[in-house]
Amino acid sequence: MKEIAIEINNLEKKFKNTSAVKNLNFKINKGSIIGLLGPNGCGKSTTIGMILGLIKPTSGEVIINGKNIENNRTDLLQKMNFISPYIELPKKLTIEENLNVYGRMYGVKNLKNKILELMEQLNLNEFKKRKTGELSSGQKNRVSLAKALINDPEILLLDEPTASLDPDVGDYVRNIIETFSSNGRKTILIASHNMNEVERLCDEVMMMKKGQIIDKGKSEDLIKRHGRENLEEVFLKIVREK
Amino acid sequence: MKFYRIYALFLRHFFLIKSSLPRLLDLIYWPTIQIILWGFISKFFTMHSEFYNHTAGIILSAAILYDFLFRSSISFNMLFLEEIWSRNFTNLFIAPLKVSEIITSLTTTALLRTLIGIVPAIIFVSPFFGVSLLNLGPSLFLLLLSLYIFGMTLGLLVVAGLLRYGPAFENVAWSSLFLLAPLGCIYYPLSILPDWLQIIAKGLPLVYIFEEVRSILLDNSVNYYNIMKALMLNLFYFTLSVYTFYSAFSEARKKGTLINVGE
Repeated sequence: MKEIAIEINNLEKKFKNTSAVKNLNFKINKGSIIGLLGPNGCGKSTTIGMILGLIKPTSGEVIINGKNIENNRTDLLQKMNFISPYIELPKKLTIEENLNVYGRMYGVKNLKNKILELMEQLNLNEFKKRKTGELSSGQKNRVSLAKALINDPEILLLDEPTASLDPDVGDYVRNIIETFSSNGRKTILIASHNMNEVERLCDEVMMMKKGQIIDKGKSEDLIKRHGRENLEEVFLKIVREK
Repeated sequence: MKFYRIYALFLRHFFLIKSSLPRLLDLIYWPTIQIILWGFISKFFTMHSEFYNHTAGIILSAAILYDFLFRSSISFNMLFLEEIWSRNFTNLFIAPLKVSEIITSLTTTALLRTLIGIVPAIIFVSPFFGVSLLNLGPSLFLLLLSLYIFGMTLGLLVVAGLLRYGPAFENVAWSSLFLLAPLGCIYYPLSILPDWLQIIAKGLPLVYIFEEVRSILLDNSVNYYNIMKALMLNLFYFTLSVYTFYSAFSEARKKGTLINVGE
């Protein structure tokens, strides 16, 4: 029987009278890469926020590695990490300083070696003494990725990991994610609008609309089931359906 | 609580201060200017006031202590505002940091920032205006401790507001201490206030601290009852502010404001 990394049971989030997420249920096996697709405002970020314990659900529960995030937030966050283009690292700190701070925050053993390893892997060595705010968006994205990998997370949540990146850097980042996922049993949840990225990286895709999962499965199965040519067409069909 | 996590958050702000000379100078500049200004005002008062002419520097001592309070509170707020301005806020809350660790780290880091600003000013004041805080004797430590706890209390309340209402609460961060200053009786005795305001002012630890400062410098007598009263009030307000901070954190999680907070 497969081990479950993330289990979402009857999850609901209301902001005042608006339901952002409604009766959400899904399970993600350890070691799998899952894509979360849906239009803007469909509840992807709220779902990720609840998985990370940043947002308190109105009802339902988030179980990570068999433990409820509500009661075990600090312990579980030790094994998780998150990257989003909407959050940044302190701009006035150098790359090395930022990784040093976050490495210590996560209690990383042999931190110096880990930082060197990540700098090497993400081609950041030549900028290590540069302030993070002075970097290009592609370089900043790689630093954020280094920060997200600093604790070698068992569960990695990615919110539009390649948004605003040129195709070359985007491809580079996807390669890093692939390498990371193949290195041990890493569970990855990717919220993205880039269908090619999702098709390439994800074992399965969940389609979200108006706070609910309305379809899920392997990319090729979804394409077949909806009678379309590719995932983007499936996405458009689902989004435009009343 | 884990020391390494508290240290990591401290390090984040230490790197920030150490790498920027303008930031460091800014920390020292304002307290020094403030104290020079009050130094001259104090000199003027001692020359023209019957009340103050026996004790040179009573106003200046009060100004230094008030600045210590002001800097500690503002330092605490600044540490949190830095996270909002740099859009690093969410990164902190997805790290395995406990709220108690955040409070502990900000409290100790704020002390460092305060000391960087205030120590040069205190050293400066002695040769130029002939005033030393050491004139307050051993009770100086308890008075400073009391002011520091009150500074942290205000800092925690403002930060709780930032968590609850977002960056729009920033203006309150800057004005919080000015609101309380008139009631704190920093430069004048409690008896100056109208009776009804005296009742409110007596609920603030500042009144007992600054009344005691004047009492020590004017009459050379220490009333430990007042000092203890200030400390007890401070502990009460500090506990209340910690509770408020936890409540604000919980409310922010309900409202979803811990995600994507920034300018």
